Amino acid sequence: MSTHHVTRALPRRTDPPAGRASAPLAAASALVVLLSACGGDNSGNQEGEGEFNDGESAVVNPSDERGGTLRYALAADFDSPDPGNTYYAFSWNFSRYYARTLLSYDQEPGEEGTELVPDMAEELPESDDDSTEWTVRLKDGLRFEDGSRITSEDVKYAIARSNFGDQALPNGPKYFADLLADSDGYEGPYADEGDPLEGFGGIETPDDRTLVFHLDEPFSEFPYVLIQPQTAPVPADADQGEQYQNRVVSSGPYKFAEDYRPGVALDLERNQEWDAETDDLRPALPDRVELEIGVEQNEIDQRLVNGGVDVDLAGAGVGPAMKGTLITDESRRPDVDNPQTSTLRYFNVNTVMEPLDDAACREAVLHAADRDALQRAWGGDTGGDIATQIMPPSLPGSDQSIDPYPSQDNTGDLEAAREKLQECGRPDGFSTTIGTRSDRPADVSTAEALQQSLSRVGIETEIQQYPSDSYTNTQAGSPDFVQNNDLGLTVYGWAPDWAGGYGFMSKILDGDAIQQAGNSNVSELDDPQINDWFDEAQTIADPDERASIYAQIDERAMEQAAILPVIFERTVMYRPPHLTNVYYHAGYSMYDYMALGTTRE
Amino acid sequence: MTTPLDAPESSQNAAPESLASGTRGAAGRSLRQIAWQRFRRDRVGMAGGVVVVLLILAALFAPLLTAWFGYPPNQFDQELIDPLTGGVLQDPDQPALGLDPWGGISTQHLLGVEPVNGRDLFSRIVHGARTSLLVATIATLVCVAIGTVLGVVAGYFGGWIDTAISRAMDIFLAFPLLLFAIALVGVIPDGAFGLQGNDLRIGVLVFIIGFFNWPYIGRIVRGQTLTLREREFVEASRSLGAGSAHIVFREILPNLVTPILVYSTLLIPTNILFEAALSFLGVGINPPMATWGGMLENALRFYTTSPHFVIVPGLAIFLTVLAFNLFGDGLRDAFDPRSSD
Repeated sequence: MSTHHVTRALPRRTDPPAGRASAPLAAASALVVLLSACGGDNSGNQEGEGEFNDGESAVVNPSDERGGTLRYALAADFDSPDPGNTYYAFSWNFSRYYARTLLSYDQEPGEEGTELVPDMAEELPESDDDSTEWTVRLKDGLRFEDGSRITSEDVKYAIARSNFGDQALPNGPKYFADLLADSDGYEGPYADEGDPLEGFGGIETPDDRTLVFHLDEPFSEFPYVLIQPQTAPVPADADQGEQYQNRVVSSGPYKFAEDYRPGVALDLERNQEWDAETDDLRPALPDRVELEIGVEQNEIDQRLVNGGVDVDLAGAGVGPAMKGTLITDESRRPDVDNPQTSTLRYFNVNTVMEPLDDAACREAVLHAADRDALQRAWGGDTGGDIATQIMPPSLPGSDQSIDPYPSQDNTGDLEAAREKLQECGRPDGFSTTIGTRSDRPADVSTAEALQQSLSRVGIETEIQQYPSDSYTNTQAGSPDFVQNNDLGLTVYGWAPDWAGGYGFMSKILDGDAIQQAGNSNVSELDDPQINDWFDEAQTIADPDERASIYAQIDERAMEQAAILPVIFERTVMYRPPHLTNVYYHAGYSMYDYMALGTTRE
Repeated sequence: MTTPLDAPESSQNAAPESLASGTRGAAGRSLRQIAWQRFRRDRVGMAGGVVVVLLILAALFAPLLTAWFGYPPNQFDQELIDPLTGGVLQDPDQPALGLDPWGGISTQHLLGVEPVNGRDLFSRIVHGARTSLLVATIATLVCVAIGTVLGVVAGYFGGWIDTAISRAMDIFLAFPLLLFAIALVGVIPDGAFGLQGNDLRIGVLVFIIGFFNWPYIGRIVRGQTLTLREREFVEASRSLGAGSAHIVFREILPNLVTPILVYSTLLIPTNILFEAALSFLGVGINPPMATWGGMLENALRFYTTSPHFVIVPGLAIFLTVLAFNLFGDGLRDAFDPRSSD
């Protein structure tokens, strides 16, 4: 029930509106939905050590014992294991085995996991005063698997091949192309036979270990862009475009044992040239990492529980059948994690169609909604936590105290709802349509639950179903369609590309983000105050100050009743007992694959 | 099992033969009386018929039934549900007792309740029968109307008319119906032809099923017409100067009533299954309106914790289709003298 496939639909590029830096996040939306798909699973603890959901907040079964083989399985194949050509969150997590990036998330359970730390960089990048110039220095002693030194040119080349020109690698996001200055005429490294980096002025490499990024616009969250696997170095003479995926030249603790076989397998063995001294993030415990591709999801779940597989690479949690078994089986419970992902499930409340253009009518909807019933429809306590605001708790600036529509037992405040209906001139209620995805049973259940709770105050709704592969683009994603079909309420899900408030909220709440197709601001909220706050945040260097602006945006959007939050989603993951160092990583929304080890021989 | 291609080619012989066979008191008995007598002796067919009648009654009086048992089909009752698993609690007052393996079946809820939202399954099954039977019956009527008209025209007039209509039947039979239905139902607007929401969707389902399934019955009618128009009584009528209209309406159609009746009965279960398949795929009726296919689809998420939720609508579909098929088979046997003892 998660949202794997939306990835491809969303990474459309939008030109940054004048005076704003929203473009980088165009792709955020893609992963957004994607991340929801990728909770993790695997992991474990010595028999009997872990308790239910220990892995969400602590390292289960800590160990520094090396050796063994870690076995991953995957149902649907990678878009590509090439770090420059992938947009799946699990792939961003997994590729760190063989591809080091400039920055990375910290290796900690809980919220600390979303903090940035240097990987190949010596320290976090420094910017000039207006956040348009960022300088990164590489550590000393970094080497490729063939023993050659990793230079700043290799990083610059990797960014060029994945972002620029008509032949740029297709799968990944294009943040760098949107953000970097002085690169308009650059056609990418594959364009002609000469110097592949000719004309690429956005990144300067004054020496072998220094990179200077020049941006078009101030963008204070730029360091988040540098955690992308696209910043992993690629030696220009080994690059074969998309075919580079067959044998990626490793910069990390493991290298390809043999060529990647699409749809079949990818096996990794230790890379002797990797120097642990330069790397605080990868304990590199197993001797070997094996990935089996194309295993059916139910079979993966069975083998996880039976010990035939250690980790489901996709990280989205077990399927519905195994979920039911795991949460009802007391003897399995200690080996189950139920972490909260960064995905918000919610209803868009349209702000332009009658009568919802009147804020009081929207507030009536939020007051009348029975959040308890909505949570049950999403799978109850194991499906997610009731949300009263928009930003998930793991994001900086998330304020759990925001709750403008409180009610007894979360079952809705019908008195307040009726008052609001009076205020908006519809004392007997009104009627509208709920849009939902027909092939997402939980979405449909949620819509039915909302329909029930709204009918208590006379708001009569009809449910319309649409196929999920076109829903975000041409139905809910098209303001005209929404208008013509009276879709006042639409079921939706959202997760961030990176752990920042801008990345999470700008596409769904910023008035400048409204577009005619593939629109994510489905409620069409265009509030001048919120728009200004988004602009302002991008010029502020201090993360705490930015976070407080995001909290203001969250609160104001809730007061505007543009979004009816339902839950912050949880996934159910099985953590095999022989896995060591298992914890749920908030940045990737799955287990941290770099930490894992195994006690199985 | 429901593609009625094996026509009872001799059913029109029934009347003369039964007279000739001279069972006692043969004098005043019509084909229908004889058939009824045969059908009464067919216990399996009778059982099917009784179930069919009960189902139709249940569907007709669904609002009354649910009023008696006190649970509207869309009413939530989450008190009965374990919030953790969404399963049905054994005793809502003592959640510690765990889930009810029978899905909450009790005198209150005859077939138990739905996981997650606690809707009454009996009520939803009965209302689902309404949807299923309504769609299947109207669609079958559409099939029969189109199939009979075109079948008679093709069979009676022959020549290029027959060729054209027969080729059209071939084309319709070759049509990827399910795919077409999915595509068409996916793009239904909110309102059209003066219909709204689910009324419109029911209309579209009826149109799709009826409009694309008529060739089955059309072929049978054409075949029957082909033989009938060569028969002596038709020849006699024609030689007395009767026009085509008279022959078709007074001589041929009355002899077609029986096969049409039998095959309509056998078409209904096909159409019920088709409607269920579409609802299962999520392209039929919109929630929360109860449909058997939709319930089955919803139930698949819970088959480990609430197996009853899969079994109840599954059984409903199974029993209905079986009953209609047995009933239809019984009817055919009764009207077909070759099966007489």
